[in-house]
Amino acid sequence: MIDFDVVTLSRLQFALTALYHFLFVPLTLGLSMILVIMESVYVMTGNEIWKRMTKFWGVLFGINFAMGVATGITMEFQFGTNWAYYAHYVGDIFGVPLAIEGLMAFFLEATFVGLFFFGWEKLSKVGHLIVTAMVALGSSLSALWILIANGWMQHPVGAHFDYHTMRMELISFKEVLFNPVAQAKFVHTVAAGYVMGSVFVLAISAWYLLRGRNIDFAKRSMAVAASFGLACSISVVVLGDESGYLAGEDQQMKVAAIEAEWHTAPPPASFTMFGFPDVAARVTHAAIRIPWLLGLIATRSIHEQVRGIDDLVAQARAQIVKGIDAYSALQVLRAGPPDSPDAATLQRFNANQADLGYALLLLRFTDDPSKATPGQIDDAAWSTVPNVPVLFWSFRLMVGLGLFFIALFATAFYLATRHRFERHPRFLKLAFFSLPLPWIAVELGWIVAEYGRQPWAVDGVLPTFLGVSRTSAGNVWFSLAGFVIFYSALAVVDAYLLIRTVRRGPDGMGLSP
Amino acid sequence: MTDGPFAYATLRVIWWLILGVLLIGFAIMDGFDLGVGASVTYLGRSDAERRAVLLSVEPVWEGNQVWFILGGGAAFAAWPLLYATSFSGLYLAMLLLLMALILRPVGFGFRDKVQNARWRSAWDGALTVGGGVPALLFGVAFGNLFLGIPFHFDSLQRPVVGGGFFSLLHPFALLAGIVSLSMLVLQGNAYAAMKVGEPMAARARTLGRAASAIFIVCFLAAGIWVYSALPGYQVSGPLDHSGPSDPMRKTVAIVTGAWLNNFHHRPVFWLAPILALLGAVGAHVFLHMREARAAFVASTLVQVATILTAGIALFPFLMPSSTYPNQSLTVWDSSSSAKTLLIMLAVVVIFLPIVLAYTAWVFSVLRGRINVEDVQEHEGGY
Repeated sequence: MIDFDVVTLSRLQFALTALYHFLFVPLTLGLSMILVIMESVYVMTGNEIWKRMTKFWGVLFGINFAMGVATGITMEFQFGTNWAYYAHYVGDIFGVPLAIEGLMAFFLEATFVGLFFFGWEKLSKVGHLIVTAMVALGSSLSALWILIANGWMQHPVGAHFDYHTMRMELISFKEVLFNPVAQAKFVHTVAAGYVMGSVFVLAISAWYLLRGRNIDFAKRSMAVAASFGLACSISVVVLGDESGYLAGEDQQMKVAAIEAEWHTAPPPASFTMFGFPDVAARVTHAAIRIPWLLGLIATRSIHEQVRGIDDLVAQARAQIVKGIDAYSALQVLRAGPPDSPDAATLQRFNANQADLGYALLLLRFTDDPSKATPGQIDDAAWSTVPNVPVLFWSFRLMVGLGLFFIALFATAFYLATRHRFERHPRFLKLAFFSLPLPWIAVELGWIVAEYGRQPWAVDGVLPTFLGVSRTSAGNVWFSLAGFVIFYSALAVVDAYLLIRTVRRGPDGMGLSP
Repeated sequence: MTDGPFAYATLRVIWWLILGVLLIGFAIMDGFDLGVGASVTYLGRSDAERRAVLLSVEPVWEGNQVWFILGGGAAFAAWPLLYATSFSGLYLAMLLLLMALILRPVGFGFRDKVQNARWRSAWDGALTVGGGVPALLFGVAFGNLFLGIPFHFDSLQRPVVGGGFFSLLHPFALLAGIVSLSMLVLQGNAYAAMKVGEPMAARARTLGRAASAIFIVCFLAAGIWVYSALPGYQVSGPLDHSGPSDPMRKTVAIVTGAWLNNFHHRPVFWLAPILALLGAVGAHVFLHMREARAAFVASTLVQVATILTAGIALFPFLMPSSTYPNQSLTVWDSSSSAKTLLIMLAVVVIFLPIVLAYTAWVFSVLRGRINVEDVQEHEGGY
């Protein structure tokens, strides 16, 4: 009933195209905000160098923006082409923030971005600054709505299953909108984008200083990047901690997997700094633990437990059993007359419908969940555990990079206040070689959030494998190959243009006095 | 919510209209930059000429394309079954459309960054494909809606779709594809005739007149085909207009000429196809008279009236199933919940006027014709 080739290929394609799209989006977020800062200084001081800075970083912004738009169209298409059942099952809720994103945010960003490039001579100083600000506002609002949609996948609130339409339907838009997970994710993600923009500006400016080119230009750019980056890198880590706390409440399995917390420990749980998670033996070898820390992060108390994987699997098993009840009742309801359901069956369904998603996990092991064997139920319960080693390492690397950015920007900020960048070539080299790090950090963040939610597309509601379209594996092979070839070619062109533009620099483009 | 001003049935009709408005907005706005993109190598012979042609749409095409993106988002939110079934059902066609659309942001964004003839002509080619292929595919997709698409739902209500890419290339669908291609090429060239200087404007007038002539012939041919030979779909069994969105409760009959039922029922609807033809004739004449603004208005009328014609013909069908007609998607049984439709309506009522206001402001800032001399000052890559 489920074609697992299609599932694997569709997941691979989604991961590749989403990770690829996410190379460009955070930089758009960060650079647009930095452009607003630079242009504001220009408007306030009237000093032409700030206008040239806005224009030069704007060229790089434009190259990146084109890639972000191009790869973003893929994401909108893909929910329909490859995840048709997902689209049907949760479109009533998930589609809403996506549509609002288009209307409220992307329209704003896309309508004004053209004037940013072509409006310098047609607009007053303030007029153009407003245009730039609208682009930045649009891109941040865009992130807000996308993360409200994503937050709902992580923590589905304000919705229930309707047996008439065989899908989830919206009950409370307010709950979806003010989903605490979405709010925490929004600020964390946007701040991460701002950090990326800051590292980008810092690293390229450092390269100019090392070469002795565009000195005034680069020093000013570094000062902006250092101050903006310092504030944002602190925010990312603090707000990431907020995400961790919320995940501790709502997505306990994700936290347990990130921590390789195989068994529930007496509170407050210790934080495993380092170790080698062993999936088969369900232990972490050579673990170095910091007492109390995990308990404090995940529960903000010393008395509450952080539940271990074995405990959570047992809970999932109980939910599967209840879900089977809902699933069997649903079959009866679907077979009967749609408008006059049997009252007892309806009650049985309503009592257990919150766990219907857990019964759907069984479709991986049997075509008829209502007749599942205890062995199949055990398999399904264990299938709720995400890939522990991948999450364990991704999370640690991401956090390590986050802390590194704080140190990098703190140093840059100190040097900026002392006007001493040129005297520290070693720092400039470090800043330059830090260029790829924010990309690594945000991609790891995506992996922790999305791969960590597996096996669910929508946590506790819809398993990922069930969300796919009933299309042929051949079709998905074809599209996946198409994306790999097409995206690789675009990556080459994009990198070529970025490097070429940086090499030419403001001095080579008529943007120096 | 079965009665009152926002009864479920009313909300469904409103959202069908909103989908139409978004499609029309897309055809008017993105239509002209798709048309200009598809025509760029004809309109501009030298690099400077092409730059002038592209500069007429470069600052605005990005915003225009959001009409399309929003159309997809609105389908997802308001018609999830339509979105799921059409995108997965037309898998390879959608992939082709997507790849063509991806060429546009990178084509516009990257073309002028390097001063090299081969680089630039490669991106001109990309923009031609990125404009022409979607313009053709939209019509092919609409043609297939008239023909019906082979799909049904399984026990979990998962859409199961048969047929492949080549089964979409039925002669009627190809005819519809030429209708949409000529319609959008007309829109692009009417715009270019108004917006760019000579000699590009003269070429735009020539190509626009050719496009309007092709449109008139193909639109009439499609109409005659629908009237005389094409099987249409009509709901033949009970269908509660405020019932739950379960597309398996009705019966549907296939009858030749049924796509004209709504026109027979309400003859005033004949105005739509008549206006489409009059608009095309008008655009042709105005281009000949060098009245580019009037031609653009007439061409815009063509976009509006053609989409209305298709919408009226198909109503209440959104996507008929050729293999299981009873499971066809209609306005009455494939929408989101009433609550979602109402919330989304409030959002549209608030934000669409704001979008229209700032879009109008941006166009007013960018008013004026673009000549070859104007592009020189933008040389340098920003």
